[in-house]
Amino acid sequence: MRTIKEINARIKKGVAVVVTAEEIIDLVQKKGVKKAAQEVDVVTTGTFGPMCSSGAYFNIGHSRPRIKIGGGTCRLNDVPVYTGFAAVDIYLGATAIPDDDPRNKVFPGEFKYGGAHVIQEIVAGKDIRLEATAYGTDCYPRKKLETLVNIKDLNEAVLFNIRNCYQNYNVAVNLSDKIIYTYMGALKPKLGNANYCSAGQLSPLLKDPYYKTIGIGTKIFLGGGIGYVAWQGTQHNPTVKRKDNGIPQAPAGTLAVIGDLKQMRQEFLVGTSMLGYGVTLTVGIGVPIPVLDEEILKYAAAKDEEIYAQVVDYSQAYPQMVPGSLTEVNYAQLKSGKIKVEGKEIPTGNLSSYSKAREIAEELKSWIKKGDFLLTESQAALPGAESGYTFKLLKERPIV
Amino acid sequence: MISKRIVLHFPHRLVDQPIICKLVKDYDLQFNILKAYVTPQEEGLMVLELSGEDAKFNKGIEYLQSKGVKIQPLSQDVIRNEAKCTDCGVCVPICPTGALAIDPLTRKVHFYDNKCIACELCVKICPPRAMEVRF
Ligand code: SF4
Ligand code: SF4
Repeated sequence: MRTIKEINARIKKGVAVVVTAEEIIDLVQKKGVKKAAQEVDVVTTGTFGPMCSSGAYFNIGHSRPRIKIGGGTCRLNDVPVYTGFAAVDIYLGATAIPDDDPRNKVFPGEFKYGGAHVIQEIVAGKDIRLEATAYGTDCYPRKKLETLVNIKDLNEAVLFNIRNCYQNYNVAVNLSDKIIYTYMGALKPKLGNANYCSAGQLSPLLKDPYYKTIGIGTKIFLGGGIGYVAWQGTQHNPTVKRKDNGIPQAPAGTLAVIGDLKQMRQEFLVGTSMLGYGVTLTVGIGVPIPVLDEEILKYAAAKDEEIYAQVVDYSQAYPQMVPGSLTEVNYAQLKSGKIKVEGKEIPTGNLSSYSKAREIAEELKSWIKKGDFLLTESQAALPGAESGYTFKLLKERPIV
Repeated sequence: MISKRIVLHFPHRLVDQPIICKLVKDYDLQFNILKAYVTPQEEGLMVLELSGEDAKFNKGIEYLQSKGVKIQPLSQDVIRNEAKCTDCGVCVPICPTGALAIDPLTRKVHFYDNKCIACELCVKICPPRAMEVRF
């Protein structure tokens, strides 16, 4: 029906019709898939949720005299970073915490500050304390470095998430008789609450369930700036059960994403503390879906009522790897504020912010409409539903 | 008839005195203790829902103040740092009084501080730590 080239030409002329993944639902209801597909060029999606597999790498520039941090140690605001690269390249993971954090010794630990918070502060333009030690070589003689660094002085500051944008996720509940603290939040005993984590009908991979347009090289909104899909994310699992509408009923695809941290904004990269669990980074992502044909539009118009997630017990089943779920519910039920599990009505809470997801989809829409954001052709497809690519459990083998 | 939720700060010297009893006996007030911290070394803190006839209520408050109890309306107790809140909604099922509630249309989370009983359940579970305690 139309190509990405044609859509880009329309974007440049300022005549492209761009709607959000929420707006397309109403439009399809009013006009039908055929008519809507003729009218709309791009559907924008958005999501804003915590994802531990986030991080950023930096090249801090060479000091005088030179130091080789590779193989040494390095801390940013007391948070340890990975130094196993060359002389002045370091990688900061979202979940890293200072050595003197009490962790879960005083249970449940608060995890007030970690890598994710450092990333948010770097993006906010704050000065960050860097302390490094090295063993010293003939070419890199320095053994110790203590300095303030600022994002504007770093060579590269790049957000690189090896997994984000989960295509659907579990709804977490607690069947036990005491409160538990998980990455899905605090879960009150005996089905006291149910926490979920997805923007549902706004979420990128739920609107392109078979990865027909989102692939390697897709240009996206990342943390308030521009980024790209670099690869399938870790734990990519496209072969899970799907409903007739093609939408996975359980955690499925993921994206590895990359982008220039210097363009990003702190309101879309938020340091997050999960009581009793740890630190993580909440990342805002928006993905444009080009309406190349009616089928793509039909998928993009899926609504909360048609998207299902599995309710999983996080007191036993999840930690012990017991397969199966208690029941499944759709996102309209989750968003109503309560769901029914085992005959009991329980209140729901979302870890991912729907209002922020909406803001992201709107902002991406305005970028495209203004001509500031052109779409890219993906360079290779993500492994799809028929690929046989699956998420495997660890096969433990004794070391002899 | 007045009914208010208030925070009482007791200086150390008052901690072992039957002050609340007096409110009932002498001023005919009803109370519901929502929370109390009374540690021997520090000052005591009590969150109270207090109700009674207007004149007696005011007399009761005067009595507390004359004893050296500091009184603070409850809404100042737990506050939300609006710049930090991401409107996720994970606090909503945790809050026992509905002080944190999601607007079904905007999907933003509202904080109705008049409903807050300062139980502090939300304070540590809020992922960006937007809920803050102020004494
Ligand atoms: S948990 Fe915190 S960030 Fe989330 S809605 Fe509640 S107050 Fe806001
Ligand atoms: S302190 Fe307690 S009552 Fe107040 S908003 Fe938080 S959870 Fe609700």
